[in-house]
Amino acid sequence: MGETIRFLLDGEVHEVRGANPTTTLLEHLRGPMRRTGTKEGCAEGDCGSCTVLVGEPDGEGPAGRVAWRAVNSCIQFLPMLHGKALMTVESLAKGGALHPVQQAMVDKHGSQCGFCTPGIVMSLYGRAIAAKGAAAPVGEVLAGNLCRCTGYGPIIEVAKGVAAEPAPAVDLSPLHDETMLDLSFEDPIHGVTRRWLAPRTVDELAQVYEAHPDATIVAGATDVGLWVTKQRRPLPILISVSEVAELKALEETAEALRIGAGVRYVDAVEAISKLYPDLGAMMRRLGSTQVRNSGTIGGNIANGSPIGDMPPALIAAGATLVLRKGSERREMPLEDFFLDYGKQDRRPGEFVEAVIAPKLDASRIFKVFKLSKRFDQDISAVCGAFSLAVKDGVVADVRIAFGGMAGTPKRAKACEAALVGQPWTEATVEAGMAGLDIDYKPMSDMRASAAYRSLTARNMLRKVFLESQDPDAETRIVPESAHG
Amino acid sequence: MADSAATVVETTPFQGVHAPLPHDSAVRHVAGSAIYIDDIPEPVGLLHVHLGMSARAHARITKLDLSAVRAAPGVVLVLTAADIPGENDVSPVIHDDKLFADGEVYCVGQSLFAVAATSIAAARAAAGLAVVAYEDLPAAVDIAAARDMDLKIETSQRMARGDAQAALAAAPRRVQGQFAIGGQDHFYLEGQVALATPGEDGDVHIWSSTQHPSEVQHLVARVLDRPHTAVTVEIRRMGGGFGGKETQASLFAAAAALVAVKTGRPAKCRPDRDEDMVMTGKRHDFEAAYDVGFDDDGRLTGLSLELASRCGATTDLSLAINDRAMFHADNTYYLPAVEIISHRFKTHTVSNTAFRGFGGPQGMLAIERVMDAVAAATGLDPLEVRRRNLYGGEGRNLTPYHQTVEDNVAPQLIDELAASCAYDARRREIEAFNRASPVLKKGIALTPVKFGISFTTTHLNQAGALIHLYADGSIMLNHGGTEMGQGLHVKVAQIVAQAFQVDMARIKVTSTVTDKVPNTSATAASSGADLNGMAALNAAETIKARLVAFAAKKWGVEPHEVAFTPDGVRVGGETFEFGWFARQAYLARISLSATGFYATPKIHYDRATHTGRPFFYFAYGAACSEVLIDTLTGEMKVTRADILHDVGKSLNPAIDLGQIEGGFIQGMGWLTTEELVYDGEGRLRTHAPSTYKIPTCGDRPAHLDVRLWKAGRNVEATVHRSKAVGEPPLMLAISVYSAINHAVASVGDYKVLPRLDAPATPEAILMACEDVKARTHV
Repeated sequence: MGETIRFLLDGEVHEVRGANPTTTLLEHLRGPMRRTGTKEGCAEGDCGSCTVLVGEPDGEGPAGRVAWRAVNSCIQFLPMLHGKALMTVESLAKGGALHPVQQAMVDKHGSQCGFCTPGIVMSLYGRAIAAKGAAAPVGEVLAGNLCRCTGYGPIIEVAKGVAAEPAPAVDLSPLHDETMLDLSFEDPIHGVTRRWLAPRTVDELAQVYEAHPDATIVAGATDVGLWVTKQRRPLPILISVSEVAELKALEETAEALRIGAGVRYVDAVEAISKLYPDLGAMMRRLGSTQVRNSGTIGGNIANGSPIGDMPPALIAAGATLVLRKGSERREMPLEDFFLDYGKQDRRPGEFVEAVIAPKLDASRIFKVFKLSKRFDQDISAVCGAFSLAVKDGVVADVRIAFGGMAGTPKRAKACEAALVGQPWTEATVEAGMAGLDIDYKPMSDMRASAAYRSLTARNMLRKVFLESQDPDAETRIVPESAHG
Repeated sequence: MADSAATVVETTPFQGVHAPLPHDSAVRHVAGSAIYIDDIPEPVGLLHVHLGMSARAHARITKLDLSAVRAAPGVVLVLTAADIPGENDVSPVIHDDKLFADGEVYCVGQSLFAVAATSIAAARAAAGLAVVAYEDLPAAVDIAAARDMDLKIETSQRMARGDAQAALAAAPRRVQGQFAIGGQDHFYLEGQVALATPGEDGDVHIWSSTQHPSEVQHLVARVLDRPHTAVTVEIRRMGGGFGGKETQASLFAAAAALVAVKTGRPAKCRPDRDEDMVMTGKRHDFEAAYDVGFDDDGRLTGLSLELASRCGATTDLSLAINDRAMFHADNTYYLPAVEIISHRFKTHTVSNTAFRGFGGPQGMLAIERVMDAVAAATGLDPLEVRRRNLYGGEGRNLTPYHQTVEDNVAPQLIDELAASCAYDARRREIEAFNRASPVLKKGIALTPVKFGISFTTTHLNQAGALIHLYADGSIMLNHGGTEMGQGLHVKVAQIVAQAFQVDMARIKVTSTVTDKVPNTSATAASSGADLNGMAALNAAETIKARLVAFAAKKWGVEPHEVAFTPDGVRVGGETFEFGWFARQAYLARISLSATGFYATPKIHYDRATHTGRPFFYFAYGAACSEVLIDTLTGEMKVTRADILHDVGKSLNPAIDLGQIEGGFIQGMGWLTTEELVYDGEGRLRTHAPSTYKIPTCGDRPAHLDVRLWKAGRNVEATVHRSKAVGEPPLMLAISVYSAINHAVASVGDYKVLPRLDAPATPEAILMACEDVKARTHV
């Protein structure tokens, strides 16, 4: 059992013993390490001022190559860095000379107050050294970096001029360790013992979780991180699933895509885009690059949030959830997992192992809509997903699900009933819209009123119809971030 | 070259004022080596201060039991109102902001007590153990409730010229309307923070992220019951301010200072993002109601405008902010007979405060809404209505506050911009597009900006500077202005470099600190470069005069034969290297240190009658925005914006362009995605970036063309004939709101004025579309 967190920073192995496992990477950087270039703007993974790059072995590239991901260090727990490499803004300038990204930011007047600047530099540098080169759209790369001063113009100009470059070669072998990280910390403030357990295999995970059914499972910590930094929950035992190789598998068969619970958005978006192009497009607006580089689809399902963006689309697609407890596995339609607000069909010691997303018939209509105050990196007010088979002008089969309309992600049964077997016409759409009013009694909150939610849910169905009648009709605003 | 004069040859061309130099901290920003207050190495024994907050909007505190807090692990000190040696007040003007609540709370988030502990986690955990009981009192958490309860922070104000009611009664045509204007959180990326270090005799030094170090100094001294000399306040840079650190820093600085003085240990008070957003004031939300008379050509004949604002629980700067709303309710338009009534409502919510524009944006949005209303009523192009009502021509230059507009360039700016962005042709194309597009609709609008420059509280228009010329020729520059990202320090350094004709590398701008330049005004009202630049120039001129006299005497030439040049100091026929020359002056026992001072001339204002000349001059701009909306979801995208802005003769065109573009995007956020939501109990529900949405990179229009007006030159004798640039560009974003209005109106074939409140969120836009459909039976 490993009791020491070890990571690589600028060629040196750093060891941390006796750390509180819910210490964030940002706290560790700014405190004991005195790397204060990385800033805290929000401590919830929304502003990007704390962006750093984390490197881990690149599964695809040549052996020994490291893939770097931009992440929000404010919601990464320090133990998550175990076995990985780290770069901060201080890593870039070599021998007193600024990195070209930094120099361009100076030359183009890309900083004003300068507080968000280190995070922006890291996002742009992360793009430059990404395996795919500097191909990612600038708006997508920077959606998670808020700047309040510049209006972004000079930064975009810098981004467009940054050339791809090889990622720095890093030798992770000194960190090689097959044992399970098992940290324990006496918290004097809350009077509890905190533990961090990071099993390496799914069997080990199943065992550990059965032994500690009250533990909190954490993957990318894009949600659990906030339980600590915002809600200040004690979380005595945390079980990390990020080191479980089996959970990171993405397996494609003739019928379906099996997405391991530990698969991050960033690693799934390409495969999902092939299955469901509309969902792929929406995923690029889900969170930010930093969030998608950490967060997992499994986590988005397992946390049971009524406003998670993956469940509605996966429910509409007819996805199956795989649960695991001990050596036992069971499967269920995804929609059955969500019982009520804050309540899922998950027994003590049982965890989400995978979600199986079926491939759809090419003729099927599959549409996803996400509505939020801001296009990028915003939580949905309403998220709607529609899967329809129209044969000979008649709705042969339909699955519709919404997020943000009820206490859970939920299917629109009355709407579906109004559509199925009916001619795919304006009149049927009107009937389906009336069904939605039966299906959902949404609430009003800071994101939208109940009236707005109800009206837009109806209008989404209208859009599905309009788009099916004329695929070339301009029915949606394409967010700027989707462009180069 | 200790004793021999050297003639040097400069290889790089001289760069002083008007050069597009980078921000003085740019290299440090990108390297992560720029030090913000929370980056300063923490002193040994540091205590972390957390403020316990009120959970109620308005209540009597019936119990405040902090025994468990005191006993919690790591806690060193707990402070309440009873522990304040001096006055329990951190307010800027009228002594009504408590450091700690005393018996009663007036808003959610109000500071109740402070916990100082060995870590912030310990302090926060301890604060959670407080036992507080309240007895609720009647609370007004919004404008409507305050109106019902008749709660105001001062008597409603009236500014008028001519007989508006008579003009309205006689008007050929007349429309009335009203709309709401949302507030805005500053969302500076660096939150509020203060680090206090105790000195001897109960003195204290405070690093405070503040736009107003002098005020923090004065308030902390009053809290500690000590003279101003006991408190030193310092700030090198803020990670953004935008008005949010003009008065709001005092609370955190005072809490940290009090802990430091009481314990003899250094103390830091840094609220996290949520605490910051809950505890600090924002831009005032407004309601505006208009009654406007006009003729068939869209020319206004009379206007009665009623403004109402949510000031929050205390006065803060709300009097001046609401005054500035009135001052800008004319914008660029001559109003023949006008009355502007301003209600300043007291609510049991956090006290609203300064925010870039300082009330001006709300007043300006109101008159621009009136222009759109007149256009809708007459069927005229809104730009044509705007043009017909501009200031200019015989008898058409007097503002509602009786200041004559003497520098009006709005007509030229509008004409140039309308031509360069092809407004007329695009408007026709857009209306054609809208006829053919059932779901998506476009809109376009061109709106002008005229913004008054000067603090309207006249005595604040003063500034000081301190320059040391060291014997090696390096120059230390200090002035009363603070750097929050706006590039003030580089601009002032450029002014000094220009004066001495030296390379910028010779000049070091040091942190703003109250023991170098005393009694300063806030860096606010866009005045930073105008005031401090002139003060620094005066200081430089004082030293130059001494050097000229010295050189004339030493080398036996006439004073006019001494000149500061990029190659060095020319004395008669010889040119001396600047550093060598400075050393000779030192050896000759010449004082090489000087203060400079500046007070803005010409201005005066009588608040009792709301007349006078509050502004030294006006800054102008114009913007044309184009938007695309989705009439089924209300989603909106700004697809294009063209901006032409007058900064006079720019001190630094790169910095000024950054201010304009940044201000525009920030204004766009105010009017589109940034929505502050309070619940019925007065709790802010949008207190972090997860729920409060400022623009991201993708919200910037794909086409954004920003230009400085080439003909710009301040007619007043400002520093190098420049104009202030901090606030005015924010209001260029009114063009976005007006363009959205145009797009929504297309749903009803432009027959009615959409009912559209700001911010125009997707929900506001969709509901406005629905309303237009209902009213026009589409």
